[in-house]
Amino acid sequence: MEEANFVFNMIGENWIAFAIISLLPMIFLLAYALIAILGELKISAFIQERLGPMRTGPWGIIQPVAEVVKLLQKEDITPDSANKPLFNLAPFIMFAASYAGFAVIPFSSYFVPSGINLGLFFLLAVGSLGIIGLLMGGWASNNKYSLLGGLRAVAQIVSYEIPAAMVILTIAVMAGSLDLQEIIRQQSGWFWNWFVFGGSGGWIKIIFLPFSFIMCIIYIIASLAETNRTPFDIPEGESELVAGYHTEYSGMKFAMFFFAEYANMFIVSAIITIIFFGGWNSPFGDFMGGPIWGVFWFVSKAFVFVFLQIWLRWTLPRLRVDQLMYVSWKVLLPFSFVCFLALSLLVMLK
Amino acid sequence: MSEKKYIDIEFSQLDSERMRLFMGPQHPSTHGVLQLEVELDGEIVTDLIPHIGYLHRCFEKHAENMTYPQIIPYIDRLDYISSMNNELPYVMGLEKMLDIQVSEKVEYIRVIFSELNRIANHQIAIATFGLDSGAFTPFLYYFRDREMILTIFEKASGGRLLYNYFWVGGLAADVHPTFKEDITEAIRIIRDTNAEILNLLLKNKIFIDRTANVGILPADIAISYGVTGPILRASGIPLDLRKAEPYSIYERFDFDIPVGNGEVGTVGDCWDRNIVRFREMEESCKIIEQALKTFPSQGDVRENVPKRIRLPKGEIYCKAENPKGELGFYIISDGKDKPERVKVRAPSFVNLSALPEMSRGYMFADLVMILGSVDIVLGEVDR
Repeated sequence: MEEANFVFNMIGENWIAFAIISLLPMIFLLAYALIAILGELKISAFIQERLGPMRTGPWGIIQPVAEVVKLLQKEDITPDSANKPLFNLAPFIMFAASYAGFAVIPFSSYFVPSGINLGLFFLLAVGSLGIIGLLMGGWASNNKYSLLGGLRAVAQIVSYEIPAAMVILTIAVMAGSLDLQEIIRQQSGWFWNWFVFGGSGGWIKIIFLPFSFIMCIIYIIASLAETNRTPFDIPEGESELVAGYHTEYSGMKFAMFFFAEYANMFIVSAIITIIFFGGWNSPFGDFMGGPIWGVFWFVSKAFVFVFLQIWLRWTLPRLRVDQLMYVSWKVLLPFSFVCFLALSLLVMLK
Repeated sequence: MSEKKYIDIEFSQLDSERMRLFMGPQHPSTHGVLQLEVELDGEIVTDLIPHIGYLHRCFEKHAENMTYPQIIPYIDRLDYISSMNNELPYVMGLEKMLDIQVSEKVEYIRVIFSELNRIANHQIAIATFGLDSGAFTPFLYYFRDREMILTIFEKASGGRLLYNYFWVGGLAADVHPTFKEDITEAIRIIRDTNAEILNLLLKNKIFIDRTANVGILPADIAISYGVTGPILRASGIPLDLRKAEPYSIYERFDFDIPVGNGEVGTVGDCWDRNIVRFREMEESCKIIEQALKTFPSQGDVRENVPKRIRLPKGEIYCKAENPKGELGFYIISDGKDKPERVKVRAPSFVNLSALPEMSRGYMFADLVMILGSVDIVLGEVDR
């Protein structure tokens, strides 16, 4: 297998290469965050028959920059009775956990920051690290709303890890690998080779098509819960908990929470893209294939799911915390077990 | 051999530490400056005390020092969402005391504007309730439509929120020439949006899950608390002053009283309260349409307005069906041009008193929904 990282190929394996590799996702993330914030503003405006921001730049396209500058200027308040070390550390842990996920996201067949062969497992592991940041922030604020928000966030994310893990387990069985590049390579060719359509293989997979569809939907629902987006934005549900775990945060520390939320949105969209929708593969065989187009396909597929999250947020009401648990434990989990068994059977038949 | 020990634990007696949470007055979903002292056991509301008075403006004392027409602008500020409806019982009561007969045209305009304001009020009630449940978009759809109603009011009275339009013996001004066309168009759009909101919000599975069987107010408790308006009707009692004791010209129009029947849950839950408001909007549209058909366009709306108002000695209680319930004014006159005493029976205040009864035993997230479904305006609660 050839070296799957173009930076190493160009300048060799030295510390400059490592620095570049660890910074590249950050550059992408900054650009993505600006686009996603503008997208959130403009898509919500479109849904609600408003114009959205129109004054900053033509059609308000530099509004996200203005918002970032505004947040930088804000006073950074730490409440007197807060536990200061934990309070100050929480947003950075939260962000570090989301950024760690980018280490294994393959943007193209020739670029993955860290080509470890446990990528899928790694994503699952660091994905739950962010919870510690939430709980720290919620507890250290010494605010009852923050505490309730933090506790709810932990309960919610831990519950939804389980159906998500079942889906990832199924993918591991179908692909026979935990290496994300390997999983994507198995879905190459036309779009019917994607795992959402049962992966490559004979006509027998058509019988199992409903199961792989359901698996995909389970993962999308679970990922909404993991990123705390509507209809599962209970930890920060502003109608009851003001702003949940980040009630007491202001200025740049709030921006870090915000940034981490957007980074998480991209991570889960990227995971959906990788494990179900062929990652950087072109949907049409060799048409527009190759590593450069790979970045295009990967990012556009991921953006579809980012858009889906924004769309749902502005359409649906919020669930209650016990209903959320009901959905996780009594609906998603049994369904994911059934689908796991069915798709394992498919792998045996193939 | 040591003696066998039996350890009995009654789990219901394992009392966990209760948390006291002060919700408001700066809280996004207390609908104004209301403070709720909530006692929580985990997330379950075990007790609740509403603390009011943050918006107290001494209306009743203030009214004793003003002449009767000067009080009308302050009445607008009670329930500032439905100012037109607030003015109606007050001017009707004074007209009865002064024995003034208002013209047919004035009665029609009063009814049409009251019903339009009822629609605007219910739009806000459902919109903000949606906001409490996390649905942001229906809120803006309803506010967009409410603008049209406000524009109609603005064309007639000059004000968009506080009108001072119903005067004793008549109206402040005649309606705009395009009044009929404006209202016909507004009703068409209101119905379109309502059809959309029904699918987007009220029939949404998540919304039903959040509201059905939540905050149940049984009919007997509702009556004993003196609850009126859509909340009482949602509990299954078809009491509407427009039908029960018809005032103005309401007995000429054909309309129904929607009552809650527990379609998706139990009678008197949050969903019922919202669907009752939703259906009342359609009934109001029906009343307005009937009124527009027989609307007398000739006549002066200020011909019976008295130059100076001096009430005879006596007292009167005048009431009308406000969008939030029965709004009553108890006016005592000692024969001067200023009232001796004005007492307001504010529907929001009375309805709020039933909130602890409704919310005990439900979750904290439900409390927000229950408060939203009561549809209070703190301007009226505190006065």
